[in-house]
Amino acid sequence: MNDSNVTASQLGLCACHGCGSLSRLVAGSHDMCCRRCGAALHLRKPDSIARTWAFLIAAYILYVPANVLPMMRTGSLFGAQADTIMSGVVYLWHSGSWHIALVVFIASIVVPLAKMFSLTYLLISVQLGWTHRSLERTKLYRILEFVGPWSMLDVFVVMILVALVQLKSLASIQPGPAVAAFGGVVVLTMFAAMAFDPRLLWEPKERHHV
Amino acid sequence: MTSHNLTACHECDLLQREPILQPGGVACCPRCNAVLFRHIPDSVDRALAYTLGAAFLFIIANVFPIVGLEAAGIANATSLYGAVEAIWKNGMVFVAALVFVTTILIPALELSLMLYVLVPLKLGQMPQGLASILRLLQSMRPWSMTQVFILGVLVALVKLAHLAHIVPGIALWSFGGLILLLTAAVASFNRHELWNMVREGE
Repeated sequence: MNDSNVTASQLGLCACHGCGSLSRLVAGSHDMCCRRCGAALHLRKPDSIARTWAFLIAAYILYVPANVLPMMRTGSLFGAQADTIMSGVVYLWHSGSWHIALVVFIASIVVPLAKMFSLTYLLISVQLGWTHRSLERTKLYRILEFVGPWSMLDVFVVMILVALVQLKSLASIQPGPAVAAFGGVVVLTMFAAMAFDPRLLWEPKERHHV
Repeated sequence: MTSHNLTACHECDLLQREPILQPGGVACCPRCNAVLFRHIPDSVDRALAYTLGAAFLFIIANVFPIVGLEAAGIANATSLYGAVEAIWKNGMVFVAALVFVTTILIPALELSLMLYVLVPLKLGQMPQGLASILRLLQSMRPWSMTQVFILGVLVALVKLAHLAHIVPGIALWSFGGLILLLTAAVASFNRHELWNMVREGE
């Protein structure tokens, strides 16, 4: 047996999700707890694929209103104006702050979309039982976990603008319904990434070897 | 113990022996390159120093206004909590709650729990309920968004710079320091070492 390719689960050992210590699983017993920290033990995150799909599909659905509805409404002496995410980026670009436009474009449009597509790709690859590129797919998952919170950027921008620009009749900014939808997309994609178990990416390969 | 120094990678479940690390060393999974754990010299001292500094700045950052605005003789300023309140009054209850949780509640909890663990350790005592607190800290980590919030403030300021005179507040500078100290505190808070204390404490 090749010693470098044995996983804990193949030997009936289960690593705790909390503290990482190994416990031996007793056949036929459910609801086991980690002997070190008392957390419930699971070989893999429970219902990982179904839960990730559920969060992901909900995120895809919310992504539509997040981009179509206005993020904020600006009222000023010169009239009223409603801005979506994309029109906000275009405005920044035309007003000369192209670098800021780029930051907002990446955080609010590229990152959420790339995140949803990558998770879809990872889920499909697990369900089809791919054995190749496990390392690359694990790296992709690691990037997903890291960039997750950064798409909240636009929600914070709108919040600060709403709080600051309350200059009576001169100018005022109200948040639009897209803020809630967009916040929902970010939270749902984060839940989806948490529900996904990267160990599933290596399982078909192990079955192949044994 | 059959599995005393055996460990399984949390990302690919590969079974392996825990290496003994040099000071400052990093243990990585040979199959998927995930970081398993690190050796951080004087991690309790370092983490405690950074966390105390961060907690101090966190209080300042929340008490004072972040930024002010002046246009045609009308001035307005907002603190972080004031901004949450403003968006709540606009009927965005979900967004207000989301912002409150990710920028005030979770960072505050994170800092207090880290102090709760680190201060007794520095004084040579075991903090009570260490296992559940470590687990709680682990699950809170992704929801702490101070860094993202500050980037958001900067983008908002650039958007407003053409329209009005911007007055940076004390809290803005405090937040700048806070994100550095918070990152350093989290990086030197050695979960692996603390989990091993839980085993010894039993």
